[in-house]
Amino acid sequence: MPEASPALAEQFENLEQQREAARLGLWTFLATEILFFGGLFLGYIVYRHAYPHDFAVAGKRTNVFLGGANTAVLLTSSLTMALAVHAAQENRTKILVRCLLLTIFFGLVFLGVKALEYTQDIHEHLLPGPSFFAQGGSRAELFFYFYWAMTALHGFHVLVGICVLGVVAVLSARGHYSAGYHNLVELTGLYWHFVDIIWIFLYPLLYLIDRHS
Amino acid sequence: MKSHIVPTKTYFLIWAGLLVLLLLTRGIAEFDLGIINTAAALFIAGIKMLLVILFFMHVRYQSRVVWIFAAAGFLWFLIMVSLTMSDYLTRRAVESPYDAATTAHEISNR
Repeated sequence: MPEASPALAEQFENLEQQREAARLGLWTFLATEILFFGGLFLGYIVYRHAYPHDFAVAGKRTNVFLGGANTAVLLTSSLTMALAVHAAQENRTKILVRCLLLTIFFGLVFLGVKALEYTQDIHEHLLPGPSFFAQGGSRAELFFYFYWAMTALHGFHVLVGICVLGVVAVLSARGHYSAGYHNLVELTGLYWHFVDIIWIFLYPLLYLIDRHS
Repeated sequence: MKSHIVPTKTYFLIWAGLLVLLLLTRGIAEFDLGIINTAAALFIAGIKMLLVILFFMHVRYQSRVVWIFAAAGFLWFLIMVSLTMSDYLTRRAVESPYDAATTAHEISNR
């Protein structure tokens, strides 16, 4: 019976094998993403070790409330994404589309809050460049190079995720995933959760550590 | 191997757990615990990551080969960090040209 499915590509024995291959492919892509972000994380670790005091002073300038709120928003978007995959597994198209739209909504809220934060940062002269001014001088500026590069790269990933989710939502609404084959929904979910994981680490590194001192 | 369908209740529990961990890590940051601040923040982030990977990303229910693929990226990142830091942590800091230039510039402005 599964052999008759139009979703089955000819090089695979059955749908489960095809699904497993797609999963492994996406995890391989995520491994390259880990190393892509990894360079920035490593640079942060090296310079934080070199200039602990200046990084601590600079780290206190980020908006810990908005950062924390955005963490909650992203974690919630991961919940709706997981629920979307669940709905796809159970062939419940209506719930699937709703969960995808909710995930897109939370993604947009995240980007909105981030934009608000960026505006505040620029206003407070925390954008590296000629107008940068903060206690700690060029070493604090180094912290903010990392802050901007890491959050902007992460924000770009959220934006890409939102676009992919939009496509998946349209395809879902047209009933593409009602045949018991919902690979694309699952793979999009893996990518979305991965972007969430990156933020789970950015939040303590850029907002939390040294908040007390 | 059939796809494992996780009950929605599990997802809500994991989400609640993630939010509790978020509040916990935010709370700990208010106290001055020295190096423990950094350690606790990263430890909690690690637990949150594991919850997301194991449940939201379904790795807990999948084949061993998916486990290996999922672990490989993180493992190689840790190798990169440990090898790099084994150098920086055991070698005396050398003044970089960047620092020297900054210092000279600051002195000339005095």
